Amino acid sequence: MVNPQKSIRLALLAGLAVVPLAQAGDELLDGINAYREALADGNPSELVAAEGEELWKMPRGPKNASLEQCDLGLGPGVIKGASAQLPRFFKDTGKVQDLETRLMTCMETLQGIDPQAVVKAGWLKGEKEKMAALVAYVVTASNGHKIRIDMRPPEMKKMYEMGKLAFYYRTGPMDFSCATCHGDQGKRIRMQELPDLRTQAGAASGWGSWPAYRVSNGQFWTMQHRLNDCFRQQRTAEPIYGSDATIALSVYLAATANGGKVVTPGIKR
Amino acid sequence: MATKPMRIRAAVKDGVTEVKALIAHEMETGQRKDANGAVIPAWFITELTATHNGKLVLSSEFGTAISKNPYLAFRFKGGAAGDKVAISWKDNKGESRTDEAAIA
Amino acid sequence: MNKQRRNVLKTGTGAAVLGALAAAGLIAPGIALADWNKAAFEAKSMADTLKALGATQPADSKDVQLTGPDIAENGAVVPVGVTSAIAGTTMIAILIDKNPNALAGSFKLPEGTEANVQTRVKMGQTSNVYALVKAGDKFYMATKEIKVTLGGCGG
Repeated sequence: MVNPQKSIRLALLAGLAVVPLAQAGDELLDGINAYREALADGNPSELVAAEGEELWKMPRGPKNASLEQCDLGLGPGVIKGASAQLPRFFKDTGKVQDLETRLMTCMETLQGIDPQAVVKAGWLKGEKEKMAALVAYVVTASNGHKIRIDMRPPEMKKMYEMGKLAFYYRTGPMDFSCATCHGDQGKRIRMQELPDLRTQAGAASGWGSWPAYRVSNGQFWTMQHRLNDCFRQQRTAEPIYGSDATIALSVYLAATANGGKVVTPGIKR
Repeated sequence: MATKPMRIRAAVKDGVTEVKALIAHEMETGQRKDANGAVIPAWFITELTATHNGKLVLSSEFGTAISKNPYLAFRFKGGAAGDKVAISWKDNKGESRTDEAAIA
Repeated sequence: MNKQRRNVLKTGTGAAVLGALAAAGLIAPGIALADWNKAAFEAKSMADTLKALGATQPADSKDVQLTGPDIAENGAVVPVGVTSAIAGTTMIAILIDKNPNALAGSFKLPEGTEANVQTRVKMGQTSNVYALVKAGDKFYMATKEIKVTLGGCGG
């Protein structure tokens, strides 16, 4: 079934994959931007967010409670703008938490749901599927807000430094780091631009538009899911869901993106 | 498997109501294979209709080439704020669902 | 039961009857109205699809407009829209030449519904996309080529 000519062409493309943006046809890029704009209205994330809203308000778990009193950093039950200020340091847990791990804390304390049920579930299955829906609901309430990461707590600074280290850490059979693909201006893979995540603008465009619905697989991905996939593409060991390594990377990205605009949930090719 | 709710938005402007709907459905083509090489059976919406206060305003038929989680936008004359727009679909497994929204 | 409903609906005032029934809460709105055109959806080529739709030799028309991107970053979701300025347009169909089955979807427009629909379709590869429109007994068509690229990272 495989068309040999096509495979050769694809192999060539793969070899030449990362080339400077300037060599790409501007006309093609304009066309792709028009395509992206056409998708923005009617983002299927809405369907996932609707499920999340139901889950947020539904009594669940051994304690048969809803998440309506969950404190995402702006007070119990406040979701408007909350995810634009995450990750943040939480005094009650003594930890820096991203949206997913904070929701896990709420599920544990309010509902009595074991966080391991989320950690151990397969992607988009069981409690992880529910987590994705909750995330879609919460991040919708931050759409249009500014990224505002409070870097004053020393715990945040520590996480930032650890995240930066992880960003540049080369590993795996290809000796890739995050920076290999996301540490230069104007790189792309095929026709897809790779944001330079070292810069404020690049980090804002990346961090600010995830979590997102991806049209190629019709799935809504949380940031934990997205980061996990970076590790997979790095061909290295996948991080534990919600582990410090993932939160540290998020702090590094979010802090670099500080001041940028949140457009969540995003929609991606 | 339980069906999931649609998102329907309807707004009237200058005597024309514009309806935008997102419908939760897999729209599986029947041409894909799973990890074990087995064909994933086709599963898709075949018919979708829309009514305005009970009167038919759109009657459509879908094939497998309509994207997953279908999006649909259309316009009809008339409609007033508060009127009901309902959308119903039926798929090739015999499942069906109706949701409605008020015109804004 | 279903058959009876269809018989009712096939009379000239079908939509009105349906409306009355739905308003009275007797039936779910819309269900069982359309007969899915199996022959048209399972046809492979453009020619066979047009034949199954009863659309022999549609005329190219500037009054039919097909909107969509010149290039789609992913073929799984390609936004397309069709508008027709031809008076009395009662049906719009979207066909994709190089898909395994050309017909993506069709829309019957009762009186009062504008000939203007937008949806999103799957495209297996770069192809001509056709908007087919019926007005009276005649069929009209518009074409646009949409290129499909492969995306980059992230599966």
